[in-house]
Amino acid sequence: MTVLLDPTAGKAAASIETVPRPSSLDGLTVGLLDISKPRGAEFLNQLEMRLGAQGATVQRYMKPTFAKPAPVDLRHEIASNCDAVIEALAD
Amino acid sequence: MPCGDASTDSTCRAVVRSLADVTATLPTPVPTLPDGFVAVVKQDCPTCELVVPALEQIAAGAKLTVYVQDDPSFPASLNPIDDTKLEVSWHHEIETVPTLLQVRGGKEVDRTVGWSREQWEAFTDVTALAPDLPQMRPGCGSLSVDPNLTDELTVRFTGSTLTSRRIELAAMEDEMEAAFDRGWSDGLPVVPPTEARVLRMMEGTTRDGQDIVATVPPDLNDVTVEQIAINAVMAGCKPEYLPVVLAAVEAACSDEFNIHGLLATTYYSGPIIVVNGPIAARIGMNSKGNLLGQGNRANSTIGRALQLVVRNLGGGRPGGVDMSLIGAPSKMGMAFAEREEDSPFTPLAADFGIESGEDAVVLFAGHGPSAVVDQISRTPESLVRTFAANLLAEAHPKLVIGMDAMLIVGPEHGRILREAGWDKARLRAELAPLLTRNSDDLLRGVGGMEEGLPAAFAGVEVPKFREGGLQIVHGGGDAGLFSAILGGWVGGAKGSDPVARRVTL
Repeated sequence: MTVLLDPTAGKAAASIETVPRPSSLDGLTVGLLDISKPRGAEFLNQLEMRLGAQGATVQRYMKPTFAKPAPVDLRHEIASNCDAVIEALAD
Repeated sequence: MPCGDASTDSTCRAVVRSLADVTATLPTPVPTLPDGFVAVVKQDCPTCELVVPALEQIAAGAKLTVYVQDDPSFPASLNPIDDTKLEVSWHHEIETVPTLLQVRGGKEVDRTVGWSREQWEAFTDVTALAPDLPQMRPGCGSLSVDPNLTDELTVRFTGSTLTSRRIELAAMEDEMEAAFDRGWSDGLPVVPPTEARVLRMMEGTTRDGQDIVATVPPDLNDVTVEQIAINAVMAGCKPEYLPVVLAAVEAACSDEFNIHGLLATTYYSGPIIVVNGPIAARIGMNSKGNLLGQGNRANSTIGRALQLVVRNLGGGRPGGVDMSLIGAPSKMGMAFAEREEDSPFTPLAADFGIESGEDAVVLFAGHGPSAVVDQISRTPESLVRTFAANLLAEAHPKLVIGMDAMLIVGPEHGRILREAGWDKARLRAELAPLLTRNSDDLLRGVGGMEEGLPAAFAGVEVPKFREGGLQIVHGGGDAGLFSAILGGWVGGAKGSDPVARRVTL
């Protein structure tokens, strides 16, 4: 088994600050990210109804597989269009 | 598959694993030997088998400790200590078995190798030692210096000093392809950077592996001697080249040289390394025939090591920050030694305050070469006009001051200058008026060429190069009436200034 030393700088991940949590969802756009687990959509459908009742506008998104981080473009789109995001992460 | 940012590429995560338990290991200390006599043997050694009676006789009258390198049960009568890991043998530089040492106060005072009754009797003060044995018998090779084990042992006993992430290749992964797949290569194969190769490379410098050498753009990572050594291994360098590579990285990453801008430019140029001083010959650099071409390992790999450092440690590469339109073969890496021995000039580094005879690198932002042919001139007065005519045409005949250049004077041209007593200062003084023209001839539109100097610059005498913009060196083979120009880049604060650094071992 060959072991090589990494010739790159192997950057450490930058720490990321979260934006402040909104005090109310009224009038805000909330993104719901489906991570492609079975029946996740049904759960998010319920959330969408309840969030709508609180005055939020809901945008639905889906990432192709739960096994990998969301593609960069999708993340950028979500960040550009939403004030808050809920990601379903359960079986 | 390329493994750019391992933290997001889960396929890469499967093959890239940090061997945390290895890197966390403390360096192995030198094991202390017990006082008295110490014998190091191996079972697979006829001489070691032969001397067992002699060892038994010594043990009967003195303290004897036996270490065995292969079979822990040999020799059974002497309670051998298992040194199959070769820790004792390696640290105490055992080259032959049997070796008999004398230890006092934890320190070796003497040793003898192989079997010689005369020597062993004198060594141990035992008379009539093993009378049935022949007078002498040479020993066998110690396992701790077995060429098949050298790398493994070096890594075992010094590998923990390396702090870079270890990357385990998959069993079926070709180690040459592995580098291409991970984006480490500049297009040519690289030498796989194993721990043993990097440890050997780092023996080329006295600097500590964790010394920070430079902050490398564009990612602005602080890079260490060890990290540069890894890329020097990949480039194909020998350990003795490493001090030159380290000096070149330092010089390149200086503010004045501005490797960041040079990398990002759409222009052709890249960093060129000129080496002065006795180190050039000592490490086998070429200052002569085919100076800028292929065939010399030091020339080819030193320049390449700098390029790989910028690529892999700085993150600067074509398709990314490197926006060069056409580039140049010199961007793969270019380094050469100035031909100092019969030069009409003082070394290039002397123009930057480093005395002739000192080891130094000078970094120049450039590309090329382009030809300077003059097979007829036999006087410097004529030759200098050839130089000037070619230099005036560099980049564009009607453009001045913006770009720097380097003139490489070939030895046959150099002889013409030397025999007439023209040194570098004289050559510069004679070139200056020849490189000065009236700007009216260079204005936009003149000669039907829209390129040129803006109209506002009309009616003045303009030099081709800015002050300090033309470098002059001596180099090339013995026969041929040729010189060469290395086109430069933007000089000064908006571009790059040449930078010299001493080479320290």
